[in-house]
Amino acid sequence: QFGAEFRRFSLDRYKPGKFEDFYKLILHIHHIANLEVMIGYADVHGDLLPINNDDNFFKAVSSAHPLLRVFIQRQDEVDYSNFGTNTLSRKKKALVTLRNDNLRRRPHINISMPHDFRPVSSIIDVDILPETHRRVRLYRHGCEKPLGFYIRDGTSVRVTPHGLEKVPGIFISRMVPGGLAESTGLLAVNDEVLEVNGIEVAGKTLDQVTDMMIANSHNLIITVKPANQRNNIIRSSRMSGSSGQSTDSTASHHSLPTSHVLQNFHPDEMESDEEADIVIEGGLEPQHIPKLHSLTSSSLSRINGSSLSHRLQRDLVLNNSSGRESNGSIHKLLSSLKTDPRHSLVIPRGGIEEDGTVITL
Amino acid sequence: MRRFLRPGHDPVRERLKRDLFQFNKTVEHGFPHQPSALGYSPFLRLMAIGTRSGAIKLYGAPGVEFMGLHEENNTVMQIHFIPDQCQLVTLLDDNSLHLWSLKQQGGASELREEHRFTLKGPPGSPPSATQVTAVLPHSSREVLYLGTESGSIFVAELPWLRVLEGRTISPEAVLQRIPEDNCNRRSCELVEALQEHPKNPDQILIGYSRGLIVLWDLQSNQATQHFLGSQQLENLYWQRDGSKFISCHYDGSYTQWPVSSDNKQSEPLENTVPYGPFPCKAISKIYWQTTKNGLPYIIFQGGMPRASYGDRHSISVIHGSQQTAFDFTSRVIDFFIIFSSDPAAEFDDPSALVALAEEELVVIDLKSAGWPAVHPPYLASLHCSAITCSHHVSNIPLKLWERIISAGSKQNMHYSSMPWPIDGGTNIAPDPPQRDLLLTGHEDGTVRFWDASGVCLHLLYKLSTVRVFLTDADPNDNMNTLGEDEWPPLRKVGTFDPYSDDPRLGIQKIYLCKYSGYLAVAGTAGQVLVMELNDEDAEHVVDHAEADLLQDQEGYRWKGHEKLKTRDGPVRFEAGFQPFVLVQCQPPAVVTSLALHSEWKLVAFGTSHGFGLFDHQQKRLVFVKCTLHPSDQLALEGPLSRVKSLKKSLRQSFRRIRRSRVSSRKRRGAAGNASEEMELAPVQRKIEARSAEDSFTGFVRTLYFADTFLRDSSRHCPSLWAGTNGGTVYAFCLRVPPAERRMDEPVRAEQAKEIQLMHRAPVVGILVLDGRSTPLPEPLEVAHDLSKSPDMQGSHQLLVVSEEQFKVFTLPKVSSKLKLKLTALEGCRVRKVTVANFGSCKTDDYSENDLAVLTNLGDIQIISLPFLKLQIRYPCIRKEDVSGIASCVFTKYGQGFYLISPSEFERFSLSTKWLVEPRCIVDMPEVTSNNHMHNKSGTENAARKSRGSGKSPGDCEEEDEGKSGRLMEHALLNDEKVLKEIQSTLEGGRGSFAERNSARSPLGHGLSNGGAD
Repeated sequence: QFGAEFRRFSLDRYKPGKFEDFYKLILHIHHIANLEVMIGYADVHGDLLPINNDDNFFKAVSSAHPLLRVFIQRQDEVDYSNFGTNTLSRKKKALVTLRNDNLRRRPHINISMPHDFRPVSSIIDVDILPETHRRVRLYRHGCEKPLGFYIRDGTSVRVTPHGLEKVPGIFISRMVPGGLAESTGLLAVNDEVLEVNGIEVAGKTLDQVTDMMIANSHNLIITVKPANQRNNIIRSSRMSGSSGQSTDSTASHHSLPTSHVLQNFHPDEMESDEEADIVIEGGLEPQHIPKLHSLTSSSLSRINGSSLSHRLQRDLVLNNSSGRESNGSIHKLLSSLKTDPRHSLVIPRGGIEEDGTVITL
Repeated sequence: MRRFLRPGHDPVRERLKRDLFQFNKTVEHGFPHQPSALGYSPFLRLMAIGTRSGAIKLYGAPGVEFMGLHEENNTVMQIHFIPDQCQLVTLLDDNSLHLWSLKQQGGASELREEHRFTLKGPPGSPPSATQVTAVLPHSSREVLYLGTESGSIFVAELPWLRVLEGRTISPEAVLQRIPEDNCNRRSCELVEALQEHPKNPDQILIGYSRGLIVLWDLQSNQATQHFLGSQQLENLYWQRDGSKFISCHYDGSYTQWPVSSDNKQSEPLENTVPYGPFPCKAISKIYWQTTKNGLPYIIFQGGMPRASYGDRHSISVIHGSQQTAFDFTSRVIDFFIIFSSDPAAEFDDPSALVALAEEELVVIDLKSAGWPAVHPPYLASLHCSAITCSHHVSNIPLKLWERIISAGSKQNMHYSSMPWPIDGGTNIAPDPPQRDLLLTGHEDGTVRFWDASGVCLHLLYKLSTVRVFLTDADPNDNMNTLGEDEWPPLRKVGTFDPYSDDPRLGIQKIYLCKYSGYLAVAGTAGQVLVMELNDEDAEHVVDHAEADLLQDQEGYRWKGHEKLKTRDGPVRFEAGFQPFVLVQCQPPAVVTSLALHSEWKLVAFGTSHGFGLFDHQQKRLVFVKCTLHPSDQLALEGPLSRVKSLKKSLRQSFRRIRRSRVSSRKRRGAAGNASEEMELAPVQRKIEARSAEDSFTGFVRTLYFADTFLRDSSRHCPSLWAGTNGGTVYAFCLRVPPAERRMDEPVRAEQAKEIQLMHRAPVVGILVLDGRSTPLPEPLEVAHDLSKSPDMQGSHQLLVVSEEQFKVFTLPKVSSKLKLKLTALEGCRVRKVTVANFGSCKTDDYSENDLAVLTNLGDIQIISLPFLKLQIRYPCIRKEDVSGIASCVFTKYGQGFYLISPSEFERFSLSTKWLVEPRCIVDMPEVTSNNHMHNKSGTENAARKSRGSGKSPGDCEEEDEGKSGRLMEHALLNDEKVLKEIQSTLEGGRGSFAERNSARSPLGHGLSNGGAD
């Protein structure tokens, strides 16, 4: 039942009604009334966005032209990191379902704000850092841009009980024009690097810090002390980061989680105890663009059938460019659609029957 | 993740960790780097070597080793043992003197620094006034005589090293009794040599640099005799009876001088320039050794004709008509002679010459005809050709061990059968628990097999791969082919030969199967040799195959070295490992990984272009796989492409020399500018994620054979795993025909998996864990009942170690199960990784497997299996010591080796259970051996003792009974008072001293014979 299933139906564009009604309608149409599902839609850019309240349902319907592609997934298969999902009440239900699952997955904190663009960087943990510091996260996944910056040794002045003291530090020495680091506008030459992915760099050599940054290059979180302190975030207004994505966070170690959570928040990648608790299946790699996973064993509700292959192809390009793939079922789907754009090197002949001969982890 | 770093709170585990892990640097193997001084104690029979980095190492019987390090890390200039003591004095190049002593502590002796002292002159005096040039530890054991650059001789009291001001022998005092027309103040500049009279401790011989030699009486404080040498003095040596001494000079001559109390100024008896008549180099040290047959041994260093042989490092031995100049491979630091240690013996009867050269220790047997060399049990020159790789094999089966030894003994026929002459101290370390082999690959295409079981790293066997290939150098072309009548009679000694004929011969990877005796060796020019141990000489053809790793890739040109040419037809191989298969990779890039499976008879090899699998049973290439990224030009062209040709570089260096002569001043200005520029542009590092387009991603870093579940969880099959620099892991399913059809059916291989690690870091290790999470055993290990057969029921796991992460995957479906992100957490990268077995020191029945990891920071970490938890971390190697880190090799039982210099391995241990370290005792030879210390070296003499022992035979005679006489002697000599009495009674007739002594010597003989009975 939960392969891919396509239905086409019509709705009143101008009076879409309530989300709850729509939800029931969907369940009815698909004869899956007894399941918890997650509804998403493809926006004008082809990105998958959630429908879980009246507002975004309305936005989805109004933006449909002429068809609205709605995707329905089992609740327990949804990767919450894809998009903000539910209201708090729904989240609880989701947790119940999760526990039935064999996989132990951490509860994900969901948000209600949809987003229709891909982040390249963000300022995080504003609430727990001193105002003079800035924690910047660079998203390199799927993006062809180089990280594009250099670091150097230097000295910084610290205030200590004995007065001012010069201590060695690591600084950003150069930005590559057109690189990811420069394009974010969040990092600048002479910013002092304090932490890399939650690990302090004090006492580490330039080479060590270089290695740490490269090792984290797929999801690099750098805490810097900007050389220019005038552009610092002012606590009262949240929306001041140049990426427009500046939000508070619920860093897992923080005792007082705030009500708003960053989109694309992957608990796995924070400095929490990822290895100890989470078993990551080959197909679910947190570093990757989340949209892809939602396709996995999901029920696809289609309004316009012809756009599926287009959509898949697009995903595959992404998929290919970052050199990863998910598990076998999507392979079958892909090969049957004959839209595999990859070269034979990536999937060796005869490898399709095997489960995932090419695995990027 | 961070939780891993916090110390575990499990107290049971913490306690267990203490029982399992312990870090110790235990012993340094090999030859000390940059030795600078040599000393020998005939009394202790210990040799001491000092180095330029301030280390001092003592060696005695095999296994007896001590090491000390001067805090200052300054060059050790001189080493002198205090006569009849477990003490020695070192002089460093900062003019400081250090007193070391061997003390027993907890059942074993230890070398410790006791006192230090720097000679200080009166305020305002130039530093040269107190610059020590000669040291004489007096036989009284109470004082040191210190000759200085100013010509003064200071007296320092032992053991506190305090100067006794009143006893200084000033040049003015010396000159008082010497006629002024012969000498002036300048004659007494710089004390070159100080020697104590062999029979009379109150007389010392002072040799000044300008040629003046004075016999000084310590009692009367005046010069009793002086000798005017016309040449600049180098050294002095007393003859055994004290009637003559010999001096050697800067012009390559030596002179004999008679000593008598009659005349104050003596004329030389004999003055010879042994390699004259043309100008010769200085003779820096000389020995004159008497023998029973009357013909003395004259042994001296240097003296070669300046023009034609001035560059040779030689020690000449002349005995009657026999004369040989031993020609050393590097500069001679110092040498000594081991001769009769019996104080009463009339003659020296030298038995061995021990020479310390810059790169090796050579011992010559002077008793056997032809003066053959003695094979040293330690201090091996590991670097006689530069070490290019090493491989350790633990727990060698006895059979293989014996066969290797027997192959090696056939190679060592030319060595003397003399037992090792430096045999002081007692090794009390327990016997090594198992037989371990360390194999080192060298630049000249040889593999050396070392016995690494114990404290002495001893060469067992040397294998050369050169014979398989045609090289430019003719093996018969060596320096020994000098004609019979060649003058001087040079003879090459030593093995140090750092000049490789052909760098392509260099050994890069070694793999030895200890059960089957199969050995695979791979080299710089893509050559892979498979060898078998044969106890007999044999002549056979080596099967030759080529593996084209580029295959269908076209349009590339290899710009590196050519492949090695092979010999056609059968080749004669000596007993030992004999090659039977040669595979040459094309392009002939350096082999970067190698694996051998002796049970399946397969060998896998990888280069920067790809990897291949060869069936050495059927002698057939099974498959090759190109791992090269099409855009990777750098790897394609080869490492040598950017190195200019020899001709070109020579031309350039000449140009550089010319330029430097023309405009050295101009250049200096430019250099200043350059350094300024350096300051303007500080070191910076680029932060960029790894990409598939990076260079050398195809470089094959590791190869691994495993019998595991690759395709499905019901059937296991042989497999080959390969990991590359770009973070790719390839897995091939192999079909090996059963033994009975092994020759009939081909081995097949099929690619089953390809894993691309997201972080793309180089894969440095691949390992499969069985159902019990135990690493799969080595091939044939189970067949030899030495390992439990692996658990093939439970699910297997794959461990991939990249430079940045440890990652466990399930098998056969490869999904990530666990990981440890080492680099992300600590900023260090994995350089070496091995599975090691750690046993508990408390209970015999507990042991576990862990990963021993060396990082690029030189730290060693132990990481548990299969949970990948960091257990413990030890700093081991300095992170700047790149060659040390690169050379590190772990053993299977938690020990390891790394190079601390080109010629030395440091051995370390991570285990509480397997610890190989020197543990030895040096006893003060008691009075019985006090006999023997007499007159052993020309530098020190114990006349008082000699008289003491001279007296005791008399006592013996009175007692008329050998045994009780010996006891009596003990009693007498142990009692200082009695000794002094004896001495005072003898004080009277010093004049006829020599005569009396010679009269007594037969008695001495009688005694020592009695003692021996």
